[in-house]
Amino acid sequence: MSRNPNAAETADAWDAVVRFDDVSMRYGREPETLRDLTFSLPQGSFHFVTGPSGAGKTSLLKLIYLAAQPSKGLLHLFGQDVAQTPAEVRPFLRRRIGVVFQEFRLLDHLSAFDNAAVPLRIAGRKPDSYRQDVAELLTWVGLKDRMHALPPTLAGGEKQRLAIARAVVGRPDILLADEPTGNVDHEMGLRILRLFLELNRLGTTVLIATHDQDLVARSGMPVLHLEEGRLTHMGPVSGGARP
Amino acid sequence: MSRRRPSGPLDLDRWRPAPFLPERDTRDSALVFVVAVLCFLACLTALGVIASDRAARGWSHQLSGEMTVIVRPKANETPDSAAARAAETLAGVAGVAEARALEREKAEALIAPWLGEAVDLADLPVPRLVAVALDREAPASAQSLEQALLARGLDAVVDDHTTWLADIQRGAAIARWVGLGVFLLISAAAAAVVAFATRAGLAARREVVELLHLTGAEDAFIARLFQARFAQMAAGAGLVGAAAAAALGAAMRLGGGGQGLTPVLPVAWSDLLAVLPCPLAAALVAAVAARMTAASLIRELS
Repeated sequence: MSRNPNAAETADAWDAVVRFDDVSMRYGREPETLRDLTFSLPQGSFHFVTGPSGAGKTSLLKLIYLAAQPSKGLLHLFGQDVAQTPAEVRPFLRRRIGVVFQEFRLLDHLSAFDNAAVPLRIAGRKPDSYRQDVAELLTWVGLKDRMHALPPTLAGGEKQRLAIARAVVGRPDILLADEPTGNVDHEMGLRILRLFLELNRLGTTVLIATHDQDLVARSGMPVLHLEEGRLTHMGPVSGGARP
Repeated sequence: MSRRRPSGPLDLDRWRPAPFLPERDTRDSALVFVVAVLCFLACLTALGVIASDRAARGWSHQLSGEMTVIVRPKANETPDSAAARAAETLAGVAGVAEARALEREKAEALIAPWLGEAVDLADLPVPRLVAVALDREAPASAQSLEQALLARGLDAVVDDHTTWLADIQRGAAIARWVGLGVFLLISAAAAAVVAFATRAGLAARREVVELLHLTGAEDAFIARLFQARFAQMAAGAGLVGAAAAAALGAAMRLGGGGQGLTPVLPVAWSDLLAVLPCPLAAALVAAVAARMTAASLIRELS
């Protein structure tokens, strides 16, 4: 379990892995998708991001995995001001972040095994050094017999599990997951949750955007609740989150 | 898609990581075809330019080194003896390498096309011709030839080819520049299409760029990946286009005998070497285009 589930509220903001100071974000000339967000996530915390469709959950994750930039405010990642971080340093920040994309983003020409190993190859690991780890992880997510299958031949749930395996294979400092249980059955959803909790126990900061209320309730972890781009609640789900 | 075939679990190939970019992609067929065709056209134009340049130089060279003297026999001598006397006289003039009286048959053959078959040339007083080859280093002038002929009492007219030389040289220069212009135009079009097709091919793989970028790949790593891939593809296509153009050039050379397909556009074997830089040039253009496109895509993502 999380070492401090509600750490976000009490942590020294400067020690936070992620810190938002009055951050807003917009796409092009569109109205702001996220507005005036201020919060921080300490290392080792576990949070869900909840809210209705269009509330800004995916955009919030995008800011953290550096796929978008704030239009206003300061975003600190691992203690660094993202806006001031040189372009050549950003890839190294991204390597510390594991992402489960909502649309999976698997490479169709690579086998499930090679897809899962992408972060390790990018980090410069040799195949001999990661072969066993990747095989074990794929076995754990139930893809033992599908390691050499290409993504187009995988079912939706299998793709999702593969995307999760790829996100966690490098033991990231932060794990971001966008609807990670959207395409799996209840039992697999619980297994995935256990995997996230185990990673969190080992020190990974976890942030999961989800509509799955059962998952949130079972975990007992705090939520960041968004409504129309604003953070309306941060804390235990029983404390007023209205997902 | 992956080229790997299903194999047993002990087959090490199964565990060898596949490249981040597919080795073969059906989406690349159009790109390869277009690049090959444009390289073929560019190489063919280059061969044409080289051949036309050689032809132009040949015409100028011929005209500047020769003159023809038309000899009209006087009443007391035969055409043959007048021509022989003129040739002997001209051979002694400084700046003349050789002077040779053409046989009557050759003279008749020269004017026959102008008179038609209805005319019996044997009934006509066909003037005799003396072909004069000039010394290339210090050629004799038409005036000096006329003076020498006059001094020997010969009734002759010197046809100075250099009168036409300026026109021929101007025409040759125009042909040369037009050819070069067409070559540059086609090369530029080829380069633009290679760049455009490369950009299109790379944009079609945007998802690979995005994933690698978001997973922490450095910009230079991604750019190198695409640069190498598209350069390799363009080099292959350029090789096909260049080989096809060289094959056509060789066919022209073989089919046309010693002077190529036509004496007007002579192709030499050495000309075929001109296609060699084509694959390299295509690869270079594709590499630069791929790098720029990848950098632009990454900038959009950052």
